[in-house]
Amino acid sequence: MRFDQELIAGMVAPHSRVLDIGCGDGSLIGYLSQEKGCDAQGIELDMKAVTQSVAHGLPVMHGDADTVLADYPDDTFDYVVLQRTLQAVEYPRDVLRHMLRIGRSALVSFPNFGHWRLRWHLLRTGRMPMTSVWPTPWYETANIHPCTIYDFFALCEEDGYEVCKWMVVNGNRQSRLAGQSPHLANLFGEQGLFLLRRKMRAGQ
Amino acid sequence: MLEVQSITFPEGMTLQCGEKLAPLEVAYQTYGTLSSRRDNAIIICHAFTGDQYVASPHPITGKPGWWSRMVGPGLPIDTDRFFVICTNVLGGCMGTTGPTTVRAETGKPWGKDFPPITMHDIVAAQVKLVDHFGIDRLFAVIGGSMGGMQTLTWATDYSERVFAAMPIATSPFQSAQNIAFNEVSRQAIYADPDWHGGDYQAHGVIPARGLAVARMVGHITYLSEEALTRKFGREIRPGTMPGPNDPLAALPFGGMFQVESYLRYQGSNFTRRFDAHSYLSISRAMDFFDLGSEHGGSLAAAFHGVATRFCVVSFSSDWLFPTSRSRTLVRAINQAGGHVSFVEIESGRGHDAFLLEEPDFDRTIRGFLNGSARHAGLPEGENS
Repeated sequence: MRFDQELIAGMVAPHSRVLDIGCGDGSLIGYLSQEKGCDAQGIELDMKAVTQSVAHGLPVMHGDADTVLADYPDDTFDYVVLQRTLQAVEYPRDVLRHMLRIGRSALVSFPNFGHWRLRWHLLRTGRMPMTSVWPTPWYETANIHPCTIYDFFALCEEDGYEVCKWMVVNGNRQSRLAGQSPHLANLFGEQGLFLLRRKMRAGQ
Repeated sequence: MLEVQSITFPEGMTLQCGEKLAPLEVAYQTYGTLSSRRDNAIIICHAFTGDQYVASPHPITGKPGWWSRMVGPGLPIDTDRFFVICTNVLGGCMGTTGPTTVRAETGKPWGKDFPPITMHDIVAAQVKLVDHFGIDRLFAVIGGSMGGMQTLTWATDYSERVFAAMPIATSPFQSAQNIAFNEVSRQAIYADPDWHGGDYQAHGVIPARGLAVARMVGHITYLSEEALTRKFGREIRPGTMPGPNDPLAALPFGGMFQVESYLRYQGSNFTRRFDAHSYLSISRAMDFFDLGSEHGGSLAAAFHGVATRFCVVSFSSDWLFPTSRSRTLVRAINQAGGHVSFVEIESGRGHDAFLLEEPDFDRTIRGFLNGSARHAGLPEGENS
């Protein structure tokens, strides 16, 4: 399991119901069901990965985050997880909205486009940045909606999501330094990881 | 010769149409051993013209069981671990009560008077057998094509008795196109001079030509253009092309294409083992299958409160039960907040792919059963 997945797994309460969108090889749901007794299922776009996961006994269905989430009823899951995928979906805002409709909490990780290395690259060369986190050239990248950690905080505010917890992942470790403030995170964080909840509206 | 396993229920059953069918006979085959806790049973539901000989030779044709590559010791549906039951469907002609069954009242077969049956009746007959075995909850129900319709019926009519379900290459309703193909097949049977208005048994004949044409239509729909092209192309069967001095050469039709020869063979072979009334009766049960309309037009409503774990499988080149139908099914299960895996297997072989060698499909079945067995708390198998 990747390091950021370990962090995600650490934030999931045992025996909860989890949906992992873009679950890849299914390692997170496998871990959650075996180690934490969760009822975890996944959605994945790559059919090869889906077949592999199901062949390993994991409950995974083929589907596209942009379209399938609308099918689930409200409050189906305790957690809905979206790992490194938000920037690649067609309608990130809708995906997020559905995540917090069908799940009580959402766990979202995404690469931060505000990282100083990207800014410096753009400033110095005037060309689209390419780093280990953003490895593909602009004309073939799947990351069609890059955002910064600031942007993400702003969207949460605008759409009424409570940020219960957030952290910064740099390489294979959690950066406590960059995680001290959104300003530091936006400049020095490679990846943001957020635990969100719907804000209670008045009367709810 | 195999011993036919069968059980008679003297009390019979009341069909959905209101008619009573008594006694009821259910013919079946089992493989493996039922555990002492009776928690390792799998029902395999056969397709339209299938039978209970899922993993043993067919008593008439002598061919190996229709899924013998899938069901057996160490195979994806592992009979070292699971107790597998396969029944001949109600209305069938391999031992379960159907149009060929002799009625006690008349001393003659039911024939055209056999009452109309539905997918619910077909499953209700299987339930009686499961009760007879003292099985409260099936570990799994698995079926392809019409077997998938039965699987869905099991999971929605008796959801608390089905832990896991695999509807394969199927649909939650029979499409207009599939009804159309079935109708062509039925008309072919009616048009056979040996049909005798349905009284062919009294005349000591069978509408073999009509039944063969029906099977030929079916076979085209089970394959894909790619599969037909790969298998036969435009090849002419050797020795069927008329020579230059052959009076036949004057005829507008040349030799026989391999694909024609194949269909004729499949057609005539089929009439040896299948009854025309059974064909009509079961095809009608399929045509009227529509889970959504039975639940007030909402397919999702059919799956409300269903805790069964589903694994839906489709095949990319299947145009009889295309992937879009499986997606409709998956969407409905999701809408009901159910538990579903879904895989489309890449294959060029059309609907029949579920019966053929497809390694990804084998892995999917094995994986889903192993995963479900873990959740059901079954002991680990040696091959899992």
